[in-house]
Amino acid sequence: MSFPWAKQYEPKHPLMKWVDDRLPLPRFVYNAVGAGYPVPRNLNYFWNFGVLAGMFLALQIVTGIVLAMHYAANAGIAFDSVEHIMRDVNAGWFIRYAHANGASMFLLVVYIHIARGLWYGSYKAPREMVWLLGVVIFLLMMATAFMGYVLPWGQMSFWGAQVITGFFSAIPGVGETIRVWLLGGFAPDNSALNRFFSLHYLLPFVILGVVILHIWALHIPGSNNPTGVEVKSEQDTVPFHPYYTAKDGVGVGVALLIFAALIFYAPNLLGHPDNYIPANPLSTPAHIVPEWYFLPFYAILKAFTFDFLWIPAKLWGVLAMFGSILLLFFLPWLDTSPVRSANYRPTYRIFLWILLVDVLVLGYIGGAAPTPAVILIGQIATIYYFAHFLLILPIVSMMERPRPLPNSITEAVLAGKGGTSPAQTALATE
Amino acid sequence: MATLDEAVPPGEVQDAPADPRRRDYLAIGAVAWAGVGAGVIALPLINQMSPSADVLALSTTELDVSAIQPGQSIKATFRKQPLFVRNLTPKEIAEADATPVSDLRDPQTLEDRTKPDKKNWLVTLGVCTHLGCVPLGAGEGENKGPFGGYFCPCHGSAYDTAGRIRSGPAPTNLTVPEYEFISDTTIRVG
Ligand code: HEM
Ligand code: FES
Repeated sequence: MSFPWAKQYEPKHPLMKWVDDRLPLPRFVYNAVGAGYPVPRNLNYFWNFGVLAGMFLALQIVTGIVLAMHYAANAGIAFDSVEHIMRDVNAGWFIRYAHANGASMFLLVVYIHIARGLWYGSYKAPREMVWLLGVVIFLLMMATAFMGYVLPWGQMSFWGAQVITGFFSAIPGVGETIRVWLLGGFAPDNSALNRFFSLHYLLPFVILGVVILHIWALHIPGSNNPTGVEVKSEQDTVPFHPYYTAKDGVGVGVALLIFAALIFYAPNLLGHPDNYIPANPLSTPAHIVPEWYFLPFYAILKAFTFDFLWIPAKLWGVLAMFGSILLLFFLPWLDTSPVRSANYRPTYRIFLWILLVDVLVLGYIGGAAPTPAVILIGQIATIYYFAHFLLILPIVSMMERPRPLPNSITEAVLAGKGGTSPAQTALATE
Repeated sequence: MATLDEAVPPGEVQDAPADPRRRDYLAIGAVAWAGVGAGVIALPLINQMSPSADVLALSTTELDVSAIQPGQSIKATFRKQPLFVRNLTPKEIAEADATPVSDLRDPQTLEDRTKPDKKNWLVTLGVCTHLGCVPLGAGEGENKGPFGGYFCPCHGSAYDTAGRIRSGPAPTNLTVPEYEFISDTTIRVG
């Protein structure tokens, strides 16, 4: 693991020596996020987002455990218990707003983290396992966030649960049975709410476990970097601590500022007002929308309005929606270009920008009412999303002529191009 | 150095054929039996998630429909799900009958979906067969959609006056639950 020139942990205090001989946990931390982990010297701020994701996971766990001390997972009183947190519990409003907006911040930094991986080719050999575990974390996060959103038992909670568990009824033959089994009833009710709470409490700790595997897998080849060129010698790296602990500290400060601005000035900006109406099983809100972070996937679900090749529209929608995420598992093998970083891939990077626009369009469509124009744009954007991964990427990887790579990270750094970001690449005159 | 498999346990005859060994039977048998045990223990853990007895107990509902005028409908509940009871006007019945069944995604006639001589009474679950929203059209002044029946606002499924799916992503017609007329004006659902 790691490079031969990595600094060795040398406990100075006899007590630390004693611990190290029996349970080398401090050594483990030192090698993982301390001076014992050599990191490419040219990482830019996009490399902050992994640490930021970890921070938001920790914050969700802390605020969540506190909320659970006051929340009651019973369909009769869940809504009132959340209002009790908001009005009666000391600083309850703060903790709840921190948890609700913390979920948004967590998803936001993870999306940027994923986009970083796409731009710099971090999913490619030898880091495929890091990427695969990342996609697993993303799926677990989606499940956790969905079940958390059900807990306040407002109108969006209830109807979100109804629609999302409805996905399972698309499975031919046994779908309805599975749905009823998942809910423990014919519609979302107390049994569903209780099990969602149980799982919402559990899954973040599962995520924590997978995060540890993710970092373990990362530390075998070491971090990628903006040039995508592998580390060749000691001068290409600096120790994680103090160099990147300091750099990450800057990012942590900025992220917390944005987080605080949301909590204190716009706590309901990203929420939906209908979720302050108690759940009513007899009336669907005029316009059901999921939380912003699910909108692109919701748009893909809605894009299928017609039966096609014996498969009913509903099943297509559900398959496409799950497929759009499962596709990411195959990315390391769909992109066959030997060059990692889009900084040196003039064609690929154009399509990556188009993909970003496409996902933003899908996000808009996901939140819009289903008029014919909206459905059509959603269908085109959905086709493009799949085409990017299944057609464009393999073809571009074969045809593209990459720009010459620097011989080493150090050479790129000395030429002033070590940490080039996507924006700088876009602005640079060719 | 001998591997574990080749090692001859003390006391066994050296030249006895070693494949398969008695020890393998024991190992496979023990692990298989533990597997059966794990499976048996898993059953209650899976089954506990199915609807519990109190949920299943809410399984029949009686409704007096005498007050519903032609053209009106009511929303009731059945198994905690919305239930639509609609008194169709002659025009709505004619519209439903005029639609060629072969054009439908889920081919059914209005007769298939109603009781004999009670063709004007359309009883369906108010649960969109797409992903389960409550379609509009049963309440006073709600949007009945392009086919005059029900319209689901979630992803735009439109149902006709017989509650049949006509456009949008829903795969099947609105479900007609099991029910019967126990008198001329009362139905029992479930
Ligand atoms: C992966 C990390 C987590 C995510 C993404 C997440 C997400 C969410 C979301 C989106 C909500 C709905 C907020 C609202 O609209 O009010 C929620 C509620 C809740 N979560 Fe979490 N959560 C996480 C971790 C946890 C943990 C570890 C606990 C600990 C038990 C927890 C306990 C709760 C409780 C009690 C509620 C209901 C109160 C409320 O609605 O504010 N969460 N969660
Ligand atoms: S739930 Fe009715 S159209 Fe999707």
